[in-house]
Amino acid sequence: MPGKLKAKIVAGRHLPVMDRASDLTDAFVEVKFGNTTFKTDVYPKSLNPQWNSEWFKFEVDDEDLQDEPLQITVLDHDTYSANDAIGKVYIDIDPLLSSEAATVISGWFPIYDTIHGIRGEINVLVKVELFNDLNRFRQSSCGVKFFCTTSIPRCYRAVMVHGFVEELVVNEDPEYQWIDRIRTPRASNEARQRLISLMSGELQRKIGLKVLEMGGNAVVGYLQCFDLEGESGLVVRAIGTACTLDKLSNTYTPATAINPCNSSPSKDIKEAGFGEEAPGVPLSSGPPTPLRAQTFSSFSPSKSYSRQSSSSDTELSLTPKTGMGSGGSAGKEAGPLKALLRQQTQTALEQREFPFFTLTSFPPGFLLHVGGVVSARSVKLLDRIHNPDEPETRDAWWEEIRQEIKSHAKALGCHAVVGYSESTSICEEVCILSASGTAAILSSRFMQDSALDTEHRLSRQQASVFTSGAEKGEGDMGSTASLGFEDLMSPGCAFCHIPYDELNMPFPAQLTYCHCCRRYKVPDVLFTTIDLPTEANVTGKGCLIQARLCRTKKKAQGEGNATAISNLLPFLEYELHTQLMNKLKLRSMNALFGLRIQISVGENMLLGLASATGVYLTALPSPGGIQIAGKTPSDITYEQHISNMQKKINDTIAKNKELYEINPPDLVEEVIGSPIPEPRQRSRLFRSHSESSDEVSELDLSHGKKDAFVLEIDDTDAVEDIHSLLTDAPTPPGFYSCNTEIMPGIYNWTSALQMFTSVRVFRLSNVNLTNQGLNKVFNDLCENLLKSLYFKLRSMVPCCLCHVNFTVAVPEDELIQVAVTAVAMSFDKDQTQENGRQSIDKNLMKAITENEDQLQFPLELSAESSSNPLNSAKGLSEVSGPLPSARAPSVDYSSFTDRCSSWIEQLRLKAHTIRCGSIKTMSSLEKASPLPEGRSRSLRSNRSYAGSSVTVVKMTPLSFIPGTKIIKYLGIINMFFIRETTSLREEGGVSGFLHSFIAEVFAMVRAHVAALGGNAVVSYNMKECVFMENPNKNQAQCLINVSGDAVIFVRESELEATPPQPHSASAQTSSSGEGT
Amino acid sequence: MSVELDVFVGNTTIMDKEVYQLWLNGYTVNDAVKVRIEGGVMEECEASAEVLLSDTMDQFRTFQMCERLLQNPAKLANQLLFQIPPDRQAMLIERYYAFDDDVVREVLGKKLSKGTKKDLDDVSAKTGITLKSCRRQFDNFKRVFKVVEELKGPLVENIKQHFLLPDQLARDYAAIVFFANNRFETGKKKLQYLTFQDFAFCAGQLINNWTVGAVDNMVEDMDVDLDKEFLQDLKDLKILITDKDLLDQHKSLVCVALRGKTKVFNEMEANFKNLSRGLVNIAAKLTNTKDVRDFFIDLVEKFIEPCKSDKWTATDVNLYLTHYTNSAHILDTFKHQNVWTRYMGVIKSCILRMYHE
Repeated sequence: MPGKLKAKIVAGRHLPVMDRASDLTDAFVEVKFGNTTFKTDVYPKSLNPQWNSEWFKFEVDDEDLQDEPLQITVLDHDTYSANDAIGKVYIDIDPLLSSEAATVISGWFPIYDTIHGIRGEINVLVKVELFNDLNRFRQSSCGVKFFCTTSIPRCYRAVMVHGFVEELVVNEDPEYQWIDRIRTPRASNEARQRLISLMSGELQRKIGLKVLEMGGNAVVGYLQCFDLEGESGLVVRAIGTACTLDKLSNTYTPATAINPCNSSPSKDIKEAGFGEEAPGVPLSSGPPTPLRAQTFSSFSPSKSYSRQSSSSDTELSLTPKTGMGSGGSAGKEAGPLKALLRQQTQTALEQREFPFFTLTSFPPGFLLHVGGVVSARSVKLLDRIHNPDEPETRDAWWEEIRQEIKSHAKALGCHAVVGYSESTSICEEVCILSASGTAAILSSRFMQDSALDTEHRLSRQQASVFTSGAEKGEGDMGSTASLGFEDLMSPGCAFCHIPYDELNMPFPAQLTYCHCCRRYKVPDVLFTTIDLPTEANVTGKGCLIQARLCRTKKKAQGEGNATAISNLLPFLEYELHTQLMNKLKLRSMNALFGLRIQISVGENMLLGLASATGVYLTALPSPGGIQIAGKTPSDITYEQHISNMQKKINDTIAKNKELYEINPPDLVEEVIGSPIPEPRQRSRLFRSHSESSDEVSELDLSHGKKDAFVLEIDDTDAVEDIHSLLTDAPTPPGFYSCNTEIMPGIYNWTSALQMFTSVRVFRLSNVNLTNQGLNKVFNDLCENLLKSLYFKLRSMVPCCLCHVNFTVAVPEDELIQVAVTAVAMSFDKDQTQENGRQSIDKNLMKAITENEDQLQFPLELSAESSSNPLNSAKGLSEVSGPLPSARAPSVDYSSFTDRCSSWIEQLRLKAHTIRCGSIKTMSSLEKASPLPEGRSRSLRSNRSYAGSSVTVVKMTPLSFIPGTKIIKYLGIINMFFIRETTSLREEGGVSGFLHSFIAEVFAMVRAHVAALGGNAVVSYNMKECVFMENPNKNQAQCLINVSGDAVIFVRESELEATPPQPHSASAQTSSSGEGT
Repeated sequence: MSVELDVFVGNTTIMDKEVYQLWLNGYTVNDAVKVRIEGGVMEECEASAEVLLSDTMDQFRTFQMCERLLQNPAKLANQLLFQIPPDRQAMLIERYYAFDDDVVREVLGKKLSKGTKKDLDDVSAKTGITLKSCRRQFDNFKRVFKVVEELKGPLVENIKQHFLLPDQLARDYAAIVFFANNRFETGKKKLQYLTFQDFAFCAGQLINNWTVGAVDNMVEDMDVDLDKEFLQDLKDLKILITDKDLLDQHKSLVCVALRGKTKVFNEMEANFKNLSRGLVNIAAKLTNTKDVRDFFIDLVEKFIEPCKSDKWTATDVNLYLTHYTNSAHILDTFKHQNVWTRYMGVIKSCILRMYHE
């Protein structure tokens, strides 16, 4: 009995009228946890009851605490008949179980009924008292923190990244149980909501156990999904990345640098070539390297991993594979160092069954090289889950897919998969399982168990390392090579260098020398599922690129259906890739980030939607244009037609270049030895597809030829491609869009923020549509939806739609459903240069003052004991920041050198201070550490005394809020709701019904966050929106599943407005109330 | 082939002021789209009619969902369903409760009953404002009336507090409530030239000076009902016209003061007794509810019209009323100075407001 849960029901408001005669309600509340139920008194005749109940106490196992939600039911007392339920509130108490998260849940919750929606609000207080012996029995995993955020959360630092965790639980779906025939829709919906809530609790607990076993304390990039398999059951599965996180004790680190959003400073610094610089993230890649070199220099290269791709390339039957793109450094020059590094990591990773990471952005120095996208799909026939306790089949299915992904990654010469995600699409008894990620090579830094030791050693030596670094900094900006580690020299391009063996490439691709460092080879195009690394050198701005495809399919049953689908899949994927590639070239870009391909299956069609953010990576060669070729050149009108089209395309490319500000520096491109000699010619290359295709033909998605990307117009597909190319309307002026977290080229975010969800369902008429017709319909649907969004958000211009997440579904025979969730963020167009500069300087200064503290601190520590070695590395990284040479093309060099010299000045100063040393920072750190607590307390008190006013809660799918600093993570939000109506028309038809439901879901998310003491949800995601309707019966039903991280943020301006003493400053802000 | 479902939900509820106004004006979605197209929003934003239709439908739906809350503005601030910034909330409320002077002019002083509501199609036809909008306005009048009817404390403050309206709008509503409660006749032909703002001004004067609330501010209906005692006292003013000496004395005092200062002196001198009788008689009759209703028509008939026919300017009227009021104070035998001041202060400002040249 290791826990005591206490709940108090304070009051209700805006209750519905339950007694028609008096126009009032006699409300009381049932509070249930597990099998224990308490009741409040009846508060008669009021729509705003004040129960002010005693504390209801539940003595429970911590296992139950994790699994069960607290269930609060508001009822109307009726003397003569059964009491009528008004509605329910489910409260997930998981956030209270972690000592670092929330301490109390208190606030107004919407009372929700699955038939009537929100019916008033109830004020509840919940607390948990945990007994100390709780972690001894590992049935529960209290205290493991969960984050939806797919990067290291802002106020933590990663000590170690353990790797992939997954779990899956199955159950019968209450909706399909026999009892459902006799119970009310409400009872059935509630049973389902409750079951899913229980299952996700259980799932989280089990994942938590795995994390504890691995020695971690948190799950980052936690992604939980439901598969509603209908008759065959309900599957709840989750994946995530186990990590050991340390809370940054000093919440006042120069946040600007950690935070890619918040504007110019960090970004500009990066562009200027201070690539590795990220003071807030403690583990830099710079300084440790010399050490490594000393220690391990005797290793010899080993290529044991090199090439085992045969299996993955051949089996195409049910699970087509896709691998493309490339990157990495050719092994030759890298020599022993790299090989050593690889091997270290290799061994670290090989111990793992699946070296997968759900993260999409990484601490600096973690991601070394990117190979390209790997994905696998598999079509399965669902059968009833016989034994819910042993979900072996489902496990086996996923296992199979993951194995495949792993082998694809190997084929790309990579030992890890990052930006990994899994999804399903179900139609009747057919289920498509999909997994995708980006093959990559990671640094061992965060993975080895010895990592800590290394850091210890480091900290002991760091004083000397530091001084040498500083001297070098003074002496010669460009001489970083002497620091020894090539990969880290020009971090803005390192990740593009190909990881695979040049002579043994998994697929034909064009390799050139990196346009940044000119030392390693890079592919011509790079596709990834991750976010753009913050240090990446990008030319111009990025944009959202979508490939959309619709394919008809004959109606079929069972195995036949599955076969038909799996036969279609490879073609679908191939065409999606062709489209993506075309659109990428049309925008004159050479890399895709955040690629997400969704394939959705319906009874008579397959939908494919690929979204990604296109950018121009400076390191990669400039993409060639698109050439159109006809097969029968004799015909004059035909020729003309073609040349017209060619002109149009050329014009579009030119326009796009201007729009996205892509003016790469005109570098002399030396052709280097690549397996396929590069024909630098503008002449037409007929049938380039087939030329480059050999055994791997159909799935060779890396269209090779650089300058002449040929579309043959005789090919109907090509006609379609061209058509869709040219029908994509450009975004209206002032708008940008991307599906990643950050948009290259935009830094001055203002605080204006609008998260939204938009859903459209399109009904196809009965006409038998051809593939082309369907394509057009689908394409128009998506385009129009985007246009509508731009129009809606026009008042925010200039603005960027970030993290645009499309979800497609085929809910019924002739319906196509598209749902979009994204956030629109305004930015300041004009002050890009000026203010950006100023704030950089300011920021540098700040970083420097910060540094002094942080540098001194570890120095003393390491002299006495090495208890906090990591901080030292952090300080170091900042100092060594400016060393990498500046290579970004768009930098104003004069001011840049100014900055550098001032930097060096500062360094000198600092070096001085460091030699002197001092003790004063110790105390300041102590002072600083309890800050978050104080902050949350003050927040809370503000809130409770503020009366009825509602806390503003921001929501965003991103992991940050521009111009603010997240000071505390309060726990994960993972909510599942069902809404049903039998009076569809009265509720305003399907649109009215869904509109109010989505608004209600938002409201409930906000209320829960506010009750935890938070003021924002980050990494918000609507994972599921299943909508079913039956207009003839006047009925509709919808299921929505959302998730995110509840946080407390404070405005950066509040922080900046305070005096230069950082510690006292943050103390002040903490008491200055809510950020909004 | 058709879009079957189309929704957009923002974490912060997006509301376009223009579209809101169109909705308030009672336009159908299609009409609103037409108006917006004519407004040129399409060219500005490169939008198509389709996009505009989708946006308009969506917003109209949002407004409809909000309407329930707007009818109880206090709820809007602490409801959880829509996250609306406070300044937006204020805008929504203010515009929802805004009304057309033409519409309110038609129902001013009428009983806010179902019967009146049924006549709204006439109002709509007459004013050219959609029936839907007329109904919303009428329902607003009625809702405010019902809520403040039973509240203690100052009328304007109560309206401000319960409906979160800005000061001016709250005052207008106070006027509407006041007129509805006392059922002042405003519809007669002779009163047609008066605007709602004229009446609202007068109502303000009456509320501030003649109601119970003017003396005691914690009674129910204090600002809605006229001070009965005061009305009773007004009867005493009759002496000004019944006592021949007093009347003559009064007249000569006014004449002395005005001589040479006005072009209409002769007309004034000739008409003095008539005008004085008119004003004092109005005062004396106010104890009758029926006569209270005719208050404005009496002012017009007994004072404004005679002056108009003699071509008085507003300055003349002002001058006359000032001296008329002040001279009474000099009369030795006239004992009802306080009542006189309280009465004439209101009469003077009402007449001046109602005297359109």
